[in-house]
Amino acid sequence: MSDIAVVDYGAGNTRSVRAALAHLGATSVVTSDPSLIKGSTQVVLPGVGSARSAMEHLHATGAAKAIRERFDDGGPILGICLGMQLALDTSEEDGGVEGLGLLSGSVYRMSEGRVPRLGWAQVDPWGETYYFAHSYAAQSNDSVATSDGVTVAIERGSFLGVQFHPEKSAAAGLAFLEQCLSRA
Amino acid sequence: MPLARLIPCLDVAHGRVVKGVNFVGLRDVGDPVELAKHYSDGGADELVFLDIAATPDDVATMTSVVAQVADVLEIPFTVGGGVRSTEDAIRIIESGADRVSLNSAALADPGLITAIASRYGSQAVVVAIDAGDGVVHTHGGRVATATKTIPWAVEAAARGAGEILLTSIAHDGRREGFDLALTAAVRDAVAIPVIASGGAGSAAHVAAALRIADAALVASIVHENPSGLPGLRDEIEALGIQLRPMKERS
Repeated sequence: MSDIAVVDYGAGNTRSVRAALAHLGATSVVTSDPSLIKGSTQVVLPGVGSARSAMEHLHATGAAKAIRERFDDGGPILGICLGMQLALDTSEEDGGVEGLGLLSGSVYRMSEGRVPRLGWAQVDPWGETYYFAHSYAAQSNDSVATSDGVTVAIERGSFLGVQFHPEKSAAAGLAFLEQCLSRA
Repeated sequence: MPLARLIPCLDVAHGRVVKGVNFVGLRDVGDPVELAKHYSDGGADELVFLDIAATPDDVATMTSVVAQVADVLEIPFTVGGGVRSTEDAIRIIESGADRVSLNSAALADPGLITAIASRYGSQAVVVAIDAGDGVVHTHGGRVATATKTIPWAVEAAARGAGEILLTSIAHDGRREGFDLALTAAVRDAVAIPVIASGGAGSAAHVAAALRIADAALVASIVHENPSGLPGLRDEIEALGIQLRPMKERS
C-alpha cells in the first residue's frame, strides 16, 4: 500500500500534490477507494474545484464516510484549500453546501480586498510565506493560523487544514509538507 | 493583501520556448521544463506559458509540456494561447496547470469564462486583454475590435474571471515602462487582481507597475539574462516593493 492516499473528487489538481510528495520521497496514489482512505498512513484532501461537485463525488464513492471514520479513528488527514473548507459544517459556495462536518465552522465568500485573493502572503503566527488562490475562507473556532486577518489553518484531532497551497509554495511549501508527513 | 508578484512569461510554439531567451548556462534553452525550473529557482512568483502558435494540434503538445512542467515546478503557472473551449481548459488544468488564460476565445464566447470558473473556481481563469487606443485587440495585438477595454474588463470579472492580464500593445516590447494610466484605470474598474504587462525595461519600471497592479509580467528583461532574476528582485525590493521572501531548502 502507498504511504499516502490523495483523495480524488473528480476535479482538483492532484498532479501537483503528488509531484510535491514525490519530491519528498513519498509514494502516493490518487483514489476515492474507502479502504485506501482508511488504511493509508496519510490522507491528503487536495484543493481546486467546486464545493458542491466535490461533496457529491465524495458521497457517491463512499469516500466521505471513509474520511469520517478515519478522522474518528485518529488517522492523520491534511486538507488543502477546498479540501480544508470541505471539512467544515457548511459552505456558502454554490448556493449552500453541507460539508463533511469534521470540524465545526462555516465557509464564507470573502468581500474585503481583491477577490480572488491571489498570491504569496505571510501566515501568522507561523511566520512563513505561502501561495494562496481563493475566493472563500473558513470561519471556525478551530482556527490555528491567520493571514491578513483571514483564518488560513484549522486543526482538530487528527485533521489539519490549510488554505494555502503547500504544493505551490516552493521551498516553504515543501518544508511544510515534510512536517505534515512526520505527524503520526 | 498578498505580496506583489513578479511573473516571467515564456512564449512557446510547438512545445518549445521561442524568442528572446538568452542562453547562458542552460543546457537546452528551448526546453520549457528546464527554463521553468530555472526561473522558479531564481525567485519567480508564478510563470505564464503563452502558446503563440496555438494550432489545434498544439493543445495536445501543450498538454504534455504542462504535465512535465507540473512535475518539476513548485510554484503556480498559467497557460494561455491555445485555450478555445472548456474541454481545452480541462485538459490543461487536469495536466497540472493552475490557471488558464483566455483571450480571443473569451471575446468570441464570454460564457466560456463562466463555464471554466464554475468548474474550477474563479482563481483558475485569467482573462488576457491586449489593449490599444481604448479597445481590445486580437491576433497578437494586430487586429482592433469594437470592444472597449474597460467595459470588457468589467464584464470579464462579472462573468467569473479571477484576474485580468492587461497588456498595453503600444508599450509591449519597447522596454520604456508600463502603461500606468491604463493599468490604474482597469484596476479601479474591477475588484479582481490585475497583472500589468508590456514595457518592462528596468526594475524601476516594474516597481512603478507594482505600485498600481497586483502583479507584473516580465519577458525580455529576464530572458536576456536568466541568471539576473534574483538581482532584479533585489532592485525592485530596494525601491520599496515587498516581494516574497526566498527560503533556501534545508
